[in-house]
Amino acid sequence: MPMVNIAGKDYEVDEEGYLIDLSQWNEDIAKYMAVEEKVELTEGHWEVVNFLREYYAEYQIAPAVRVLTKAIGKKLGPDKGNNKYLYELFPYGPAKQACKIAGLPKPTGCI
Amino acid sequence: MSDMDEMEDGSGIVKKFMFLNRKAPHGTVYALEGLEVVLITAAFDQDVSMVFTDDGVYQLLKGIDTKGIEVKDFSKTYRALDGYDIEKLYVDQASMDARGLVEDDLIVDVTVLSVDEMANLMAEQDVVISF
Repeated sequence: MPMVNIAGKDYEVDEEGYLIDLSQWNEDIAKYMAVEEKVELTEGHWEVVNFLREYYAEYQIAPAVRVLTKAIGKKLGPDKGNNKYLYELFPYGPAKQACKIAGLPKPTGCI
Repeated sequence: MSDMDEMEDGSGIVKKFMFLNRKAPHGTVYALEGLEVVLITAAFDQDVSMVFTDDGVYQLLKGIDTKGIEVKDFSKTYRALDGYDIEKLYVDQASMDARGLVEDDLIVDVTVLSVDEMANLMAEQDVVISF
């Protein structure tokens, strides 16, 4: 497995760059993943990333994009729970990119 | 999705899928893999029912603790099914009775069915997949 070294700490990632050990996640690795994904993290991005971490803690899965959109809408309001907003934040797929930055595995059913 | 897409790639077709879960949650990969297939099927907007029978009823048990066997506790994931619009969860009455379980022992709301009711439901499906 490939390793990533950030600030003297080693992180194991899979061949697509997803963090292997969820418990290793911190802001450093999130920022590193964001650079890899060419995403500049704003408050809006963090909101989604933190939402995903909470979702994972509760259900032990990374949600499919449709489910994520609906759940975000419920929690943060309809102006954020829609594809346009989420794809503006994460152009290469909100579930895929945001999950990676949040240290979660690739969502099930992610195509 | 536009009507055009549906006509071109057949993505508008909805089939009735039933997933039969017959095995205890841990010890084999069937329960976890089956759950993944269910989530993928739902992501394709299909009509999904899940049935828990035999030792499969243990998958829905409340208060599962997997720390001692060092595997992921995916029982919490059954509570996410609602968000995937999977609301048709059925358990087999006889399997529950044989294991001394009642609905209150389970982490999600289910419909308990008799063998006859289960057979009728199964007959209505387009696809039945057993895990």
